[in-house]
Parts: sequence; structure tokens; C-alpha cells
Amino acid sequence: MSGGVDSSMAAALLLEQGHDVVGATMRLWDGGPDTPGCCSVSEIEDARRVAQQLGIDHWVFNFMDDFEQRVVGPYVAGHATGETPNPCIECNRHVKFARFLRRAVQLGFDGIATGHHARVEPAGGRHRLRRGADSAKDQSYVLYVLGQHELARCQFPVGALTKAEVRRRATALGLRTADKPDSQEVCFVTAGGGREALLRERIPLRAGRVVDSAGALMGDVDAVELVTVGQRRGLGVASGARRYALAVDVASATVTIGRADELLVDEVALRDLTWVDAPVTGPVLAQCSAHAPAERATFDGAVVHFAIPRRRVARGQSVVLYDEIDDYVLGGGIAA
Amino acid sequence: MPAYLDHAATTPMRPEAVAAMLPFLTDQFGNPSGSHAWSRAARQAIEEARDVVAACLGARPGEVVFTGSGTEADNLALFGVHAVRGGTVVCTAVEHHAVLHSVQALGGRVTGVDGAGTVDLDALSDALDDTVSVVSVMLANNEVGTVEPLDAVVAVVREGAPGAVLHTDAVQAFPWVDVAALAAGADLVAVAAHKFGGPKGVGALVVREGVKMAPLLHGGGQERDRRSGTHNVAGIVAMAAAMRATLEHRADTVARIGPLRDRLVDGLLAAVEGSVETGDRARKIAGNAHVSFDGVESEALLVLLDDVGVAASAGSACTSGAVEPSHVLEAMGVDRRRALGALRLSLGWPSTEADIELALKAVPEAVAQLRSA
Repeated sequence: MSGGVDSSMAAALLLEQGHDVVGATMRLWDGGPDTPGCCSVSEIEDARRVAQQLGIDHWVFNFMDDFEQRVVGPYVAGHATGETPNPCIECNRHVKFARFLRRAVQLGFDGIATGHHARVEPAGGRHRLRRGADSAKDQSYVLYVLGQHELARCQFPVGALTKAEVRRRATALGLRTADKPDSQEVCFVTAGGGREALLRERIPLRAGRVVDSAGALMGDVDAVELVTVGQRRGLGVASGARRYALAVDVASATVTIGRADELLVDEVALRDLTWVDAPVTGPVLAQCSAHAPAERATFDGAVVHFAIPRRRVARGQSVVLYDEIDDYVLGGGIAA
Repeated sequence: MPAYLDHAATTPMRPEAVAAMLPFLTDQFGNPSGSHAWSRAARQAIEEARDVVAACLGARPGEVVFTGSGTEADNLALFGVHAVRGGTVVCTAVEHHAVLHSVQALGGRVTGVDGAGTVDLDALSDALDDTVSVVSVMLANNEVGTVEPLDAVVAVVREGAPGAVLHTDAVQAFPWVDVAALAAGADLVAVAAHKFGGPKGVGALVVREGVKMAPLLHGGGQERDRRSGTHNVAGIVAMAAAMRATLEHRADTVARIGPLRDRLVDGLLAAVEGSVETGDRARKIAGNAHVSFDGVESEALLVLLDDVGVAASAGSACTSGAVEPSHVLEAMGVDRRRALGALRLSLGWPSTEADIELALKAVPEAVAQLRSA
């Protein structure tokens, strides 16, 4: 229970279904007493108050160590090498559906439920991971790291509802989180002064040159580590034509820019592949960011070949593979 | 029957204290800062309570300042004296956060302890000089129960920082040891009522005559201008009653609870492989049992114990309710793995053999469950 409406309602739905439910909040990050956002005292209080309203016990688990080691540290390290990591996915992989799930099982629970908008469906002794019923709120992308072990022990009770329905039902129950705004940002990044402040605190950010594909100097940036492939603004280029970051080389402090068409690629190689069930090759739909549409592609076991060229995928981003009807997650990996 | 073994966090109220406070929650509601009959009655109750508290703490009535909590008493001691004298404040690394965070906020020095949590007198001596205005060393530790050698501390402070004022946080000590005697050499002594059968929301600070301090709270000038704010009459009266009852029964309580604690700790050490007791039992208050279980996370252990009705604690809980790594164990040099598996079971005057039996059954079972999963 993060203190938001989705996980509040997830707990309420589990109770309606007749489960024995205990609320839990992971304390992952200490942004200081005055910071809003996840893990702040006020969010934990909201979660606890909802648990009280629902008449269930509530526990707070301190996983700050793992979060630092498995999520924040690698996020910073990724930027230091010019990658654009997705920390929510790493949190799901290493903390929420790993350490927290282990804790729940250790305590004698059958499994955990979260407020993600996604669906777990049993199928012939296996489990499938499906997009949430509300396509605008679907969060299956950040859950592709779940395998059979996790899915057999997870439920996403609000995944069958639209967000509007979640809010309506939370309001009907009088839950204090019913009308809280959705969280938008990475929890530990909003907690401080943004991504730049977090990175500046931990790694030296280096000024860099901005060059075109031919190597001609076009401008400069304050910090190459903050540039993401595909980015257009803030590249210190005065030129009237639109220019995009094509590549970021932190080692030589160089950002290469070019026209939109130079950004196009027809493939992306994946590392750290993980599968919901068995490995898959052949025709798939590939989703390259949390809110992008999935695109037609073929996966050959190592490389995703797009049917239609698309803007290159920043290294570190996850590419999630869906079935051909764009409904079930197959698996995915990280853009190498 | 559940077993409440978290008396270091708070104790149930003694019946004497409940009975003493009730009239002041009903008929005798007067504000002691006034001149009519209602006020006079309340004022008399406060001053009678002050006499009792002073006697129990080895102070004179005029040296007792009533506060809203032990934390406030500690803050008043440190910030109050520092406001008048400036200089450097010093405390040990195992102090309660009420002292430690105050000293840190004042930019003070923090000195180390040994493996049992006893203040390192040489390190303390090294931290002292002519700039030091306040030294704060607790009488008994809230996590591991170690009683600090305050006489020796007094000697070191008088020699190393002759002008300094010595404060002691006796919040955990009062139910178990003779604070009046052990803290006789301290200039400031803090206590909190709810740790010895009084209500929450009331504490006291002994300020020996001659110690100058500025108030934290400004207003009506109550408590001889050292703590403004309308008196918590019922709370103060109840604290005095709880103190009196505690003193009256203290020797018996220690004689009964000490062996129960020993049975609990020895039983756990015998029943659970990879368990280690923290601290030196000979130097502890009688109610403290502190054991670490290898390969177990105390955060999970507390959930399982709660489930079977055993109330315990680990480290210090922050406001969010999450278990924070213990600064006390870190200062004692306890390795991280052991610190993560630390469990504090704290007994109090109402503790019974049945509580110990339940804990001796529940803790090994819970540890086994966590280790097997």
C-alpha cells in the first residue's frame, strides 16, 4: 500500500473477495521530512489510515538497503555510462516482487497484491500477464520482469477496473485516498530536486561537445550524463532545423545529433532477457517505453527487428514484447 | 493470553496513578495559575506532587521542572543550558534520539562506547575541554539496558570540563535503579512518567540549584519561568503517584523480574541456535532482554510475534513505523547482520511467568519459521 488510491482499492477488493489481508508499505527512500511523494511519512500515514478504515493490520517494511543497492545505485551508474535506465522496473524486479514477496511468503502469506493496472490470468497450470482493462492506465510494461514464480503469487485486483471505476469505488467506501492525484514520476527523483540534482549529488557531471554525424561541432551541453537518445531540447544548438540526440558517448563527453530521419533504426538488440513463460521468437509487438504504443516486430532471440523503422531506443530502456493481439506480455529485455 | 514485553516503550498505568489523576479530570479541573478556590486546589496538588517527585529523585522541590515528556526534558536540558552558556555540547553515541539529535542540532560532539554499551571514559575525557558547556550521558540505555557508571562520568567531567553541566537521561532507569543515588552527581536529570506506570504526556527535569537555563517555551511563566504552559495537573499528580508506587515496590520488582528476564534470555539462547545476547547482563537494568538471531530479520520476526500476541521491538521505530537500523548497536560495534536480527523484549512491573512462557514458545517458533522459508 503506497498511500495511493490504486493500492488502497486493491486491498479493499481482496477483502471483498474474502481473503485474509494485511496491508504493507515498503519504506524505500528517505527524502527528508518535508518531501512529498512515495515513502514520505504522509504517504505511509495515508496507507495506514486506509488499512485502519478497512480494519486490517498494516506493517511498514524498511527495504531502503536493497532499494539503494539494486535500484538507485544502478540508476546512477547507468547514467554515468550514458544509459537511460528505468528504475521502476528494477524496483519491481529486485525489491517489490523479490524481497517483499519473499518477506510475505516467509511470514506465511500465499502471496502479495499490488495496485498495478495489469491482470494475472491462470491458464492450464501456468499464469499469463495481461494488460490492464483500462488501456490508458495499463502498467503491464513495468511488470514484464515477472516470471511464473512471481505470477503464481501475485494479484493485481484493480487491473480489471478502469481508473475511474477505482476512484468511484474508493469514494463509495470513503477511503481517504479516493481523490489523491496519480503519482507521475520516479519516486526518488521527485523527492529531491529532480534527476539532475540526484545525479549531481552522486557523480561528477561532465560538460560535453555536441557534434553532427560528420563530427562538426554544433554546440555544447552542461552534462552529457543528462542527455537521452532521442532528446531534442536543451542540446545547446541554435540551428533552426530540429535536431535530436542520436548517440551519447560519456567517455569522450560527446553528444552526436542529427535529423529525425537519422534517428531511425530498424532493430534493437536486447540484453537481460526475461520471459513470463517460455522464451519466444517470431512475430511480436514491441513496446519501447511505458506509454508508447507497441509496434509490429520480429524477435530472433537476441534482436528485435521492427516492421517499420522507429526512433532508436536509448540504451538502458526496456523493450517489452507482447503477443500479436497486443494483450499479453511475453517478456522483454533491456536495450543494449 | 498475550504477552506484552515492550515495557521500555511504555508501561501500563499503575492503579494508584489512575486513581490519583481521576479527580483532576473531573471535579478538580482548575487552572493552577489563578487565585480562586479551584486554582488553589490544583496548585496544591501540583506542589504536593512536586514534593513527591523531588524526594523520589533526590532533589529539592524547587529543583523540579514539570515538562510534557521525557523528550522535552532532554531538550530543555540541552538547549536551555546552551542558550545561556553557548559552548560545545557532548553526549555518548548510544543516547536516546531526544538527546542525540539535540546534540547534533547544536553541532556537538558524540563519543563512543564499548561492546557492552558502556561509555568509554577515555574517549569522553578526550572530547572534553574548556569550551564544553553541557555533557549528557544516559543513566540506562533504552535498547540494550546498560547502566552507565555515572559516578565515574562525573569525575571525568569535573576534571576535563570543570565548568560544564552534566545532564543524565534517566527515563529508562527510574523503574529499575535508585536514580536519586546514582544520579546524585548530575546537574540535570530527565524522567518520563509513562515508563514507570504514569500517563503519557508528562515528564520532569531536575535542575540543580545554581544551574542557569533559558526556557524553550515562552508564555505565562509557569515553573518559575522555565517552562510556560498550563500545567498538566492530572498528569503531574499521576506521575507523582506512579513514582511513589514504583519506589515502594522497586526492590521487590527487581528481585522478581531479574530472574524472569534471566530465564527468558537463557531459555532463548538455549532454544535457538545462532542466538547471541547483546550487552553485559551484570551491567543491565533488570527488565531488559536483548537477543540477536542469526539469519533472521527482526522486522519479519516482529510480525510473527505480533500475530501470536507477543509485543516486542527491534532497533528504534521511526515515525513511519519502519524499523530503522539501530545507532546503539552500531556504536557498540555489533556487526550489521547481527544488528538486523536484534530483538528487544522488555519486562516491566506487571510482567508474569506466563509472559515469559509464551515468549519462550513463540520466539523459537517464529525464528524457525523465518529460517525455513
